[in-house]
Amino acid sequence: MHDILEQVGINNYIYLSALLFCVGVLGMLYRRSTIVMLMSVELMLAAANMLLAVFSVYHQDASAQVFVIFSMAVAAAEVAVGLAILVAIFRNIGSIDIDNLKNLKG
Amino acid sequence: MITIIFYILAAITLASGLLTVLSKNPVHSAIYMIVCFFSIAGHFLMLNAQFLSVIHIIVYTGAIMILLLFTLMLMNLNEQHEPVKKVASRIAATVSACLMVVLLLGAFLKATPTIEAYKAAEIDFQSVKVIGDVILNEYLVPFEFTSVLLIAAMIGAVLVSKRENKA
Repeated sequence: MHDILEQVGINNYIYLSALLFCVGVLGMLYRRSTIVMLMSVELMLAAANMLLAVFSVYHQDASAQVFVIFSMAVAAAEVAVGLAILVAIFRNIGSIDIDNLKNLKG
Repeated sequence: MITIIFYILAAITLASGLLTVLSKNPVHSAIYMIVCFFSIAGHFLMLNAQFLSVIHIIVYTGAIMILLLFTLMLMNLNEQHEPVKKVASRIAATVSACLMVVLLLGAFLKATPTIEAYKAAEIDFQSVKVIGDVILNEYLVPFEFTSVLLIAAMIGAVLVSKRENKA
């Protein structure tokens, strides 16, 4: 199965990643629930990771896969801190609707 | 054969991603997202990136999604917590996401890249052994800094979500 890029072609992987990224963008713009927006950010990160892995296979270099591993660690840290902030917001305001967070508005 | 599997997996990825974004109940979104991440792990497996595939399942579906689901259960969120957006802003969001699709796909389709023909090398470059070798020799310092980052994130998460004393 090591010749998958010969059969599928790197173009299709690029299109798939772009579409998945756009799905994440749609979620970011369309929803008001903060937790779903966090999930959309995860989708965008996963799309970028997948493209990195594809190009790692294309160039036959393991460095990009190591970079993907680091970016997964960053994603895990981001989700942990983001959820902690969400819990704090929910405790103070009682909802996680993004439109309620306008205390700093002048 | 491989091409058909690729298209099926890609369809599953995109469909579950869309369902994640569009489903009303956040718990359903989280479960569709687990499906999406499993299909991305399947893509990694098809590319023969074994270590990445297993790490993706462990980190994303094992850790991140459990954290998200646990938070959802803790806050007891359901549909009525999210009021409907105004129609105008929904239309604006959809139109701008579609414009993003057009922009990215147009750029990639119209570009004439100089992709030389890919041919699989006989050398082993992505087995677990090689990846471990690369991490622990070439990228040892970033690897250690990752652990510092994780500890900082853990301490920050505990500090932020700790209940403050009403003093």
